[in-house]
Amino acid sequence: MGMTMTQKILAAHCGQETVKAGEFVEIDLDMVLGNDITTPVAIREFDKMGAKKVFDKEKIAIVLDHFSPNKDIKSAEQAKECRIFSNEYKIKHFYDVGQMGIEHALLPEKGIVVAGDTVIGADSHTCTYGALGAFSTGVGSTDMAAGMARGKVWIKIPSAIQVRLTGKPSSYVSGKDVILHLIGTIGVDGALYKSLEFTGEGVSALTMDDRFTIVNMVIEAGAKNGVFPVDNKTISYMTGRAEREWKIYEADRDAEYDETIEINLSELKLTVAFPHLPENIRIIDNVGDISIDQVVIGSCTNGRIDDMRVAAEILKGKKVHKSVRAIIIPATQEIYLQCIREGLTEIFIEAGAIVSTPTCGPCLGGYMGILAAGERVVSTTNRNFVGRMGHTASEIYLASPAIAAASAITGKISNPLIKEKQIDDSQR
Amino acid sequence: MIASGKVFKYGDNIDTDVIIPARYLNTANPKELAKYCMEDIDKSFVDKVREGDVIVAGKNFGCGSSREHAPIAIKASGISCVIASSYARIFYRNSFNIGLPIMESEEASEKIELNDDVSINFETGEIHNLTKNELYQAQPFPEFIQKIIEAGGLVGYVREELE
Ligand code: SF4
Repeated sequence: MGMTMTQKILAAHCGQETVKAGEFVEIDLDMVLGNDITTPVAIREFDKMGAKKVFDKEKIAIVLDHFSPNKDIKSAEQAKECRIFSNEYKIKHFYDVGQMGIEHALLPEKGIVVAGDTVIGADSHTCTYGALGAFSTGVGSTDMAAGMARGKVWIKIPSAIQVRLTGKPSSYVSGKDVILHLIGTIGVDGALYKSLEFTGEGVSALTMDDRFTIVNMVIEAGAKNGVFPVDNKTISYMTGRAEREWKIYEADRDAEYDETIEINLSELKLTVAFPHLPENIRIIDNVGDISIDQVVIGSCTNGRIDDMRVAAEILKGKKVHKSVRAIIIPATQEIYLQCIREGLTEIFIEAGAIVSTPTCGPCLGGYMGILAAGERVVSTTNRNFVGRMGHTASEIYLASPAIAAASAITGKISNPLIKEKQIDDSQR
Repeated sequence: MIASGKVFKYGDNIDTDVIIPARYLNTANPKELAKYCMEDIDKSFVDKVREGDVIVAGKNFGCGSSREHAPIAIKASGISCVIASSYARIFYRNSFNIGLPIMESEEASEKIELNDDVSINFETGEIHNLTKNELYQAQPFPEFIQKIIEAGGLVGYVREELE
């Protein structure tokens, strides 16, 4: 019996020829990640372990992104703890204000994670790097501490669900629609413990940014990790960025999957997840008349350059509806700069949106756009749980940047495609 | 390593909020947390539980937030092992890491009833129902998971390794 792509990566990192689903192994780590919320807790555990040094100062990344630039005294104290630790242990990949970006956009961009890597991070969306053909998964702070001390983590080998993609997405249909559709199909615990392995000829029709968005949200289906095969697009993305050599793993031809789900990208429609679970999906045609108060375009899910470009394309020459606050947050400094160079920032500001420095900010209800009771947001983030972005009586609708930008103009959840006329009318 | 005790039985989807409600998360002290363990689903749990007792539940045990406080509260209340048909992923990791043994067995989860006496062998994965005189087989822990549990969790394990 053959191994899945995930199992191949894990086998190679635990020094075994083969591994089987359900087996426990310890794997060697290529990168251990923490942020300004989880790292301070991990530092305390690290000290309790009696660790005097880190396993490899080049294989730890600490990114201050959640409440950074610091929103209050408590978050400033936490950032300070991370700063002191990173200086003391000479952590190479420590990213503070000025260099930082949202961790899961930053690490691939800087070439700190590459194909074939094994990565753990004390943040549930660490799964994102599967888009590069790496194994990566979210863990608790104690795991991060042990990872920093030993360079290893214990893992129960997962079985996998194969997601076979065919066709090509139509206009404005993006990675966000693919993953919302998938979560809607299998449910928020549909992939519990398992890998989601994306395969099929449809993969080549997806940009790298689409793939990052898709794998970013596999945790919203309960998955341990998600993974895309490495193709020419992956290789050209990594070329010039990768700071280490990458390694390409492929699933065996006779790999066994628990089930196979087929998604024809050509048939996929623009999709919105209604409150309060990512599985509550509706295609845009069935959304109805929902007025909104705020739009957020950003986060580790949809704050990349593709996302900024599509938002700008829709907002160009238009105005944000007078009852909507539009908040746009490029995920990293590089994307932020690219927005300026390409003239996207000007389009956003002229439309009446605000453009912020990189931060998680409103995604987790931190700051930079908290919702009041009864308010509704169309957000390109990944979780729409009760109270995630503010008051427990506020509502979050998850969607792509295209839907979010169109909705910002009309003041209600809108299709960027067939509502051109409505968008024009709302400008009068 | 063998654990044995009386069974507390619960259903499916026992989430981290009923294991330890968020209103008690202003402390990470295990003894404090144990005072409120399972409070929102079983008010009598804290009074009845004895050192060594066992929790048996259905599927997706520990779903919800990633708080390490949940397995810490269960362990500090005296529970020696949790048996369920499945666990939410992060709870599963956190349990071993803080030193709470947990086992997965659909058969045991179905057949064991409230107040049964059970004994569990972590090395073989055998779960013995002493009341009904039945034997169920769960997957035994691999050697290093046993070592983590014996060391009282991942912190202790790494400390021993580094010494
Ligand atoms: S953007 Fe949101 S989901 Fe992503 S790392 Fe930040 S808080 Fe978490």
